Amino acid sequence: MKLSKFALRGATALAMLAMAVPALAANNSVTLGMVLEPTHLDPTAGAAAAIDEVVYANLYEGLTRIDSKGVVQPALAKSWTVSGDGLTYTFMLEDGVKFHDGTDFNAEDVVFSLNRARGEDSVNAQKALFKAIDTVVAVDASTVKITLSPSNGSMLFNLGWGDAGLVAPESADGNKADPVGTGPFKFVKWVKGDRIELAKSAAYWGDVVVLDKATFKIISDPAAAFAAMMAGDVDGFPNFPAPENLDQFRADPRFSVVVGSTEGETILSINNAKAPFNNVKVRQAISYAINRQSIIDGAMFGNGTPIGSHFAPHHPAYVDLTGAYAYNPEKARALLAEAGFPDGFDAEIKLPPPSYARRGGEIIAADLKKVGINLKIIPVEWGPWVKDVFTETNYDLTIVSHTEPQDIGIYAREKYYFNYKSDAFKGVMDKLNKTTDTDGRYKLLGEAQQILSDDAVNGFLFQLAKTGVWNAKLKGLWENSPVQANDLTGVSWSE
Amino acid sequence: MITFIFFLRRIAFSFVTLIVASIVIFAIIQILPGDPAQLILGMNAQEDTLAALREQMGLNAPFYSRYFEWILGVMVGDFGTSYTYSVPVSELILERLWVSLPLAVMALSLSTLIAIPAGVIAASKHNKLPDVSIMGFTQLGIAIPNFWFAMLLVLVFAIKLQWMPAGGFAGWDVGIGAGILSLALPAIALALPQASILARIMRSALLDVLAEDYMRTARAKGLTERMTLWRHGVRNAFIPVLTILGLQFSFLIAGTIIIENIFYLPGLGRLIFQAIAQRDLIVLQGLVLLLVAAVIFINLLVDAAYAMVDPRIKRAYHE
Repeated sequence: MKLSKFALRGATALAMLAMAVPALAANNSVTLGMVLEPTHLDPTAGAAAAIDEVVYANLYEGLTRIDSKGVVQPALAKSWTVSGDGLTYTFMLEDGVKFHDGTDFNAEDVVFSLNRARGEDSVNAQKALFKAIDTVVAVDASTVKITLSPSNGSMLFNLGWGDAGLVAPESADGNKADPVGTGPFKFVKWVKGDRIELAKSAAYWGDVVVLDKATFKIISDPAAAFAAMMAGDVDGFPNFPAPENLDQFRADPRFSVVVGSTEGETILSINNAKAPFNNVKVRQAISYAINRQSIIDGAMFGNGTPIGSHFAPHHPAYVDLTGAYAYNPEKARALLAEAGFPDGFDAEIKLPPPSYARRGGEIIAADLKKVGINLKIIPVEWGPWVKDVFTETNYDLTIVSHTEPQDIGIYAREKYYFNYKSDAFKGVMDKLNKTTDTDGRYKLLGEAQQILSDDAVNGFLFQLAKTGVWNAKLKGLWENSPVQANDLTGVSWSE
Repeated sequence: MITFIFFLRRIAFSFVTLIVASIVIFAIIQILPGDPAQLILGMNAQEDTLAALREQMGLNAPFYSRYFEWILGVMVGDFGTSYTYSVPVSELILERLWVSLPLAVMALSLSTLIAIPAGVIAASKHNKLPDVSIMGFTQLGIAIPNFWFAMLLVLVFAIKLQWMPAGGFAGWDVGIGAGILSLALPAIALALPQASILARIMRSALLDVLAEDYMRTARAKGLTERMTLWRHGVRNAFIPVLTILGLQFSFLIAGTIIIENIFYLPGLGRLIFQAIAQRDLIVLQGLVLLLVAAVIFINLLVDAAYAMVDPRIKRAYHE
């Protein structure tokens, strides 16, 4: 009797202790789960999406920024003018901006940041964004002039990437571990492997954010992510790792499930230089043989939008080419026969770890088998994938999601792992770089999509979905991810 | 004196083992495919950027000079700087040790506290109801995979009852209570199967000892049943139990990756996994070397404990 009373009291105390934590945390703080931990917190020195998912728009800001719809907005540059020839950009900077360490932000910091990103010993993962920049000059403390050579119509968009974030010369070297930016949140602490904590920056130059505190909790296991949501340990997962659990969340009134779009074109990459894939008929046959919807249903539990070229469906310049190679195994077999493979052939497919690749690869192998192409499935880790497939292009087929925003330009690169060579496509890209008016650009982007579809460069599968789950009372998280970000500036609780 | 020489020899031998291990580890890690610089900078990185980063990380030097630089640093406690995190490796490992070590100690204590009495009771009530029921439970404990048991614990205590968090590690700076609470469920999940194995070892070792002649002698000289059991029985049955304890502790320090994943604990197991995935080679080689050192050290401790429990072992080394 005595013992059970004691046990009961102990359990009650324990329960109260545990419950006190979320009760205190509610209202003005938010805890979001993320699957991968950032390797460090300097967005100008690494490609890991997880870095931007923590820091973009929260800790660091650029001259421009990209909003939830993928449109360029002013950030630390309150306005700008572009010369008629598209070669000179003049940016007027916001006044009274301070870095988190208290130092002033001015035009010299812009010059420093951009020169650092494009300099000779730069370790910026997206150095190509700044390729067109010829000079960066501080006209006065709040005016910056950037000259380009040649012109580049996407410069304002490029300057809105996380990799173009503005940093201070005094703190830049320490940003990986102790990030100092100008954003509405400042860095508090990072318990490696567990969480990253941010707090409201009261000295912010713009509208001060509602949240007092934001925590990113690193939970890589899908089952653990589910448990953490159910137990209320986290308030949401902007990218929930297990699409198979989404229906369970949908059925629970405590949660909102929001399926949006990402910049991730998921493609069956084809080595265009290797026989028989150097034959356009073979590639077209593959495009006809793939049943996109069955891949989306089977590998992604129905989350994802079919694509017909390397372009995101939510973008205004998108051209729907999904009908160009509608699922048609008969036609695929006919094309293979025309190409000289009436009995099909054997090939290999190398699959990196993400589930879209591993699950999708099996479905594609089954689809291709129906038209006579026998695939040997080779699962690979990211390390060997980068070496074999990406760098040395020693592969036949692979599946990967290209998550960089508006990256159709990769098809014009001299040396890229698809080994695709098209002067027509390069011509369109050159024109695009010289065009600054929106309508003209959209038209050219449409042409570019059409060329890739005609050449069946890759098997264009689907646009990766952003499967978000969060507390139903949480407002202001992004539905789509036009850039890899968890912008918390507009996040608040509805009560 | 004899003990001293015995341990000096063991320590010297351990040191040689460590040096050999360090060479093997370094060599194997060099063969791992995948360029760390490319993994950090991603698919859009330009060739000159990659070269700049490789230079910055010191990857361009020949392998033997990198080995010596590394091993000489390790000897003075400098494990290098993590490629991905850009912080000293020793700092990273130390942070994780503050999770993994307490977790291992908690799990091991819990398992010992359950297993030793359970094994002793089972052996002393051989083939009676306590023995049969304890053996039944341990059978179950061994059969149930610890990750499944862990998920069950989460389901009951975190999701249903909401008594404790489903995972994560609050940090010792938040408070010792919060830290222990974070580690409670994982420790239980780890302890149950280990306790089951340990209880069975304890029981069978004790049953062997109970059949020895000296047990009869002990009773004959007038010791009570309980004194005979603990003083002559349990002590002599400890050798196999210590061996298993040593193995279990080595496993607990870094082999708990599945449990760490389920409870998203920032422990050593996950650090190893992450280091492999991200080709953070310098972290990986430091960690593996440290684990080899830990296993060697634990074996040394177990040997010392053997000698304490059974003086015959110490003598045997010198004959």
